[in-house]
Amino acid sequence: MARRAGAPEVNAGSMADIAFLLLIFFLVTTTIETDAGLDRMLPPIEPPEEDVVIKQKNIFQVNINKNGQLLADDELIEITQLRDKAMAFLDNGGAPQGSPDYCSYCQGTRDASSSDSPSKAIISLKNDRETKYSTYITVQNELVGAYNDLRDREAQRLYGKDFVDMEAEYLNPETSDEVKEELKEKVKRIQDLFPQKLSEAETTSN
Amino acid sequence: MSKFAKKKDGETPAVSTASLPDIVFMLLFFFMTVTVMKDSSLKVENVLPNANEVKKLEKKDRVIYIYVGKPTKEYERVYGKEPQIQLNDKFARPSEVGDYILMERAKKPQELQNVLTTALKVDKNANMGLISDIKQELRKVNALKVNYTTYEGDAFRNLQ
Repeated sequence: MARRAGAPEVNAGSMADIAFLLLIFFLVTTTIETDAGLDRMLPPIEPPEEDVVIKQKNIFQVNINKNGQLLADDELIEITQLRDKAMAFLDNGGAPQGSPDYCSYCQGTRDASSSDSPSKAIISLKNDRETKYSTYITVQNELVGAYNDLRDREAQRLYGKDFVDMEAEYLNPETSDEVKEELKEKVKRIQDLFPQKLSEAETTSN
Repeated sequence: MSKFAKKKDGETPAVSTASLPDIVFMLLFFFMTVTVMKDSSLKVENVLPNANEVKKLEKKDRVIYIYVGKPTKEYERVYGKEPQIQLNDKFARPSEVGDYILMERAKKPQELQNVLTTALKVDKNANMGLISDIKQELRKVNALKVNYTTYEGDAFRNLQ
């Protein structure tokens, strides 16, 4: 009787090839992407209980028509100018020294006919139903950019860091809790210096 | 001869490749775990606009997606050339958005239901009319946190 020397060993030499094949498949199908975009809050549908009176000079009206043209405070402008215009408006700080709205950190022109302080300033965005979405996003982007630029300036002054970086670090899930706690306060403080007040009116169809 | 002169010249020992499968498997498992298979196929054209002041949309489990765009070639005959809304795998009318959000919200765990974001993935050639309708619907169901998903890039390229 022939004696068997145990079960013959399976040749595992091709294991690496098989694994490589799978690896390449997953490499190709993987998309490690996180979506990015502009965060916005919509206004709640129920109107606020009391009517708030807002002075005309504290509103920066931006209108986009269906051809993508821009009207900012009754003035036809190019989109490229929008950021500077918005920043000038937000940073104006028109309230006189000594009044409760006085803005000590504003570096604007302090024009009495423009916004009182960043916390009072409101940007109102209105668009046509036929406005192209890409134009709308560009305008949104510029307005958010205006806020971010101003916040960056203040963050640089107070903490020597960019606000955008601080916020990104704060929102990053990998940041440790202690760091987050510390950042939260700073981010909050900067946000309060330039609160984002962007109102979106209902669209018109003419 | 002495013990130390045993070395034969020339023949270098072959590098053992026995651990190669292990290394490859390690990589394989990494990619297997990070891979996310697309769960809904797009039926609309979806070229997003560019923006540079973007924030990353972390935590995918807290996001509800709404796609808007022109129907692709196959669906053009049935749904026309005007931009449409796609929810999950179906085309929908603006009035259905509210129900969809409520349904999706109900599917999420309790503790996440208040922190959901609605990501609007809108083709850059869509018109604002449809978006306004969607926004109105979102306001009705109190889904106020939206994210206009964009590519990262120069925003002025949108205008060309």
